[in-house]
Amino acid sequence: MTNLAVLPIVTPLLFGVLLFFVRYRIRLQMGLATAGTLATLIFSALLAHTVSKDGIQVLHVGGWEAPYGIPLVADMLAAILVTISSVVTLACLLYAFHALDDERKRNYAFPLMMILLCGVNGSFLTGDIFNLFVFFEVMLLASYVLLSLGGGRIQLRETIKYIVINIIASSLFVIAIAYLYSITGTLNMAHIAQRIAELGQDGLTTTVSLLFLTVFGLKSALFLFFWLPGSYSAPPAPIAALFAALLTKVGIYSIIRTFTLIFPHQPQITHEIMMWLAGLTMLLGALGVIAYWRIKQILAYNVIVSVGFILFGVGVASEAALSGAVYYLIHDMIAKALIFILGGAIISIAGTDKLREISGLIHFRPILGWLFFLSALALAGVPPLSGFVGKVMILQGGVQAKAFVLVALGLLSSLLVLYSVMKVFINSFWGETLLSEGEEKSTGKGALLPSLILAALVVGFGLGAEEILAYVRQAVEPLVDPSIYIEAVLS
Amino acid sequence: METLMTITAGVLFTVGTYLILSKTLLRIIMGMSLFTHGVHIMLMAINGLKRGAAPLLGEEAESYTDPVPQALILTSIVISFSLTAFSLVLAYRTYKEHGTDDVEQLRGQEND
Repeated sequence: MTNLAVLPIVTPLLFGVLLFFVRYRIRLQMGLATAGTLATLIFSALLAHTVSKDGIQVLHVGGWEAPYGIPLVADMLAAILVTISSVVTLACLLYAFHALDDERKRNYAFPLMMILLCGVNGSFLTGDIFNLFVFFEVMLLASYVLLSLGGGRIQLRETIKYIVINIIASSLFVIAIAYLYSITGTLNMAHIAQRIAELGQDGLTTTVSLLFLTVFGLKSALFLFFWLPGSYSAPPAPIAALFAALLTKVGIYSIIRTFTLIFPHQPQITHEIMMWLAGLTMLLGALGVIAYWRIKQILAYNVIVSVGFILFGVGVASEAALSGAVYYLIHDMIAKALIFILGGAIISIAGTDKLREISGLIHFRPILGWLFFLSALALAGVPPLSGFVGKVMILQGGVQAKAFVLVALGLLSSLLVLYSVMKVFINSFWGETLLSEGEEKSTGKGALLPSLILAALVVGFGLGAEEILAYVRQAVEPLVDPSIYIEAVLS
Repeated sequence: METLMTITAGVLFTVGTYLILSKTLLRIIMGMSLFTHGVHIMLMAINGLKRGAAPLLGEEAESYTDPVPQALILTSIVISFSLTAFSLVLAYRTYKEHGTDDVEQLRGQEND
């Protein structure tokens, strides 16, 4: 037994709490936040390395053996996601150092970002379904504060909607857990899975699983995404980037975990519904993507399209489709953070997010322009960038499962995504420049370092696909065969 | 007794849903609060009320009451308490900033 599995949760928490005490010393805050996130990243990478060598790492917290205590379970999927979350948070922090105003920096923006990371990592690593709810709440409470921080009119208005949706979703989550507990008499996910596999997944259990699908659908913007465009376009760019990269992904992870581990026995009902919801999400998201002429809205709808795409892969649930979904999930966390950071840089330089009022930025920000072009291609899944591999595998899985309509929807939505990001690129970077040198609202230089890190990852994950696929395959093993996960936890 | 508790939970859900669907922020927050209470009562009721002695080793009873739902409810109460406190402050700030607590007037406009 190793304590490594708890470090990605504890490190950001401790550093986050520490940051609360140095409120007015912004430089110290920046240093500590960077150090804390780097430490989290190192521990997560170590965890991933250990898992790749020795298999699933289980930590029974406090020495209480499963199924009585709360286990932290680091399988490959969790380890990869924790690592990527730490990288993304680091990039968003680096951007936030430049892009956030002093008022927000003094009012606990950095500690809240660390605590958000703590909640996200906790959700990935926990092996207990009620503990998952608790870490969800840790993450959400940090996100409520980050969303409303600064208190602009739009921010407050959108936070109200976001908080109401999420409190109701969390209540439904507790109801679903209560039902599941009364059916199985345990909260440990591996134990629940074992009992449901023994008893068979009857109608009642399937109904409960649909309640879980609704809850996670609300959190991950699977079809129930009406809250997302408003709330993701309200906060400042670094915070929006963090939200886009992490929050919905935790919902997606929860769907993957529950529907491969606990409820995989009635795919003709649950997975079928999930696939059609994913198809509708892609379609409606793609319509939103082409409908708007404002950068923030276009990017927010892009989040929705990719949620639909990943969950289409999860719904097909073959090995190829799941590998594709996991690969695309990893890619999407990086690419979404990248494009939100670059979008934020464009908005801060031009002083507006209305595409028709921005033009010719390439003349004095060439690196930014090419980075945006690269991330736009990555988002649409153009080879050899990281989006391509995941997309191909999901579509392959879809064709094998004979879900041709959904495959067509997936391809169509990719095309519309490409159109929408190219629209942003062409309108904001090409053409006559409307701003003369020195007239821009800000330099946008703060975005360069974080976006270079993320862009390097996007290229690396595309070119080094073979290396990454070895890890992804190991991550998918327990998803295809849940007994691996169950044995690791309960033995 | 379980039936009575379940009905109580149902009443709380109904009232909560009604309040959430109304248009003033304070009513919505009250509604969410009642909804969460309904969840807690239901969580207690569907897992069985007092079935035996308190779950302590010294009791040496035939059967024990399951302590897990109570632990869950305790956690959930703490979370919902903090959420209610936060949303009340948020609603107050929104009221100050927008000059209204009517959600109908808090819709997102296209050009702001």
